[in-house]
Amino acid sequence: MWTSPEALVAILGMALVTFAVKAGGLLLANRLPREGFAAAWLRHMPGAVLASLVAPAIVTGSAAEAIAAAATALLYVATRSLLAAMAGGVLAVYLVRLSLAA
Amino acid sequence: MSPSSPFRDQFYAGARACVPVCISVAAYGVVWGVLARGTGLSLLEVIMMSGLVFAGSAQFVALDLWTATPTTLPIGPLILAALIVNLRYLLLTATLRPLFRPDQQAKGALLMAIVSDETWAMTVGEMSKGRGSIAFLIGGGVLAYVCWMGTNVIGFQLGSAIDDPSRYGLDFAFTATFLALLLGMWKGRGDLVPWLVAAVTAILSARLIEGSWYILIGGLAGSLAGAWAERLRHVD
Repeated sequence: MWTSPEALVAILGMALVTFAVKAGGLLLANRLPREGFAAAWLRHMPGAVLASLVAPAIVTGSAAEAIAAAATALLYVATRSLLAAMAGGVLAVYLVRLSLAA
Repeated sequence: MSPSSPFRDQFYAGARACVPVCISVAAYGVVWGVLARGTGLSLLEVIMMSGLVFAGSAQFVALDLWTATPTTLPIGPLILAALIVNLRYLLLTATLRPLFRPDQQAKGALLMAIVSDETWAMTVGEMSKGRGSIAFLIGGGVLAYVCWMGTNVIGFQLGSAIDDPSRYGLDFAFTATFLALLLGMWKGRGDLVPWLVAAVTAILSARLIEGSWYILIGGLAGSLAGAWAERLRHVD
């Protein structure tokens, strides 16, 4: 079976709303003033969104993610390398989870 | 094309920057492919969903709702779920405005199709250092797209149960990379208020509301707090 009309409609619908949201963010931002409060708001958006993505993944109630986050931060400050920070963070969370499970 | 055109250099720079995150994109890509087969999607449907929807978290949610028999497929809920899970992209793509001149709106809007969390994060990290370009965004986007689509198909063909990526700590690859990116974006004390407000709001809303709303709520609260704090400082 290749596909069905129902599946095709569902996938195309999902694709359409996803694209509308992605394109909509940029088009709406283009209508905002380029100075003043709206500009400051947009300027603070990347940091705020990244902080929102990261914080709940670190504060999970388990020590593993908190310790690994500290290791990641230290490695990044020391090396200024994203790859080193990522590899160290993954290794740290792996090791601490192992030791917590033991 | 000359051996080192600015576009090509930036394209490769964007692709290179996204290699670390693509390792975990690949791990989750295989998992999604395996689950998609188990849920009853055909290979064509896997390719269409990855290629046209191209949004990891929405695709995982879709598998929860999908049914193998077409007549019972919940088309409305599937589309609504994709909309809700992807609403956060309103904030993400809004921040890419500085990449495009006012006369490049249509081109910019079309390009947003290849934006994912990872490519977005790498690009705003680059922009905060005064670099970043459309070509950088495309380079990262194309790599992530090929990587996601390719590993979805590989997972589908393998079909066998693969280990949970979190067993190897790979779930933390996103978190670690995004945390390092965030630290690299630090410009001074003006960042403290928006980041703290965003983090606390996101943690609270993640506990209280199911789904990915916390990204939208934290992002809005933090960026508004940052803009207000800036205005208060200028009033003094």
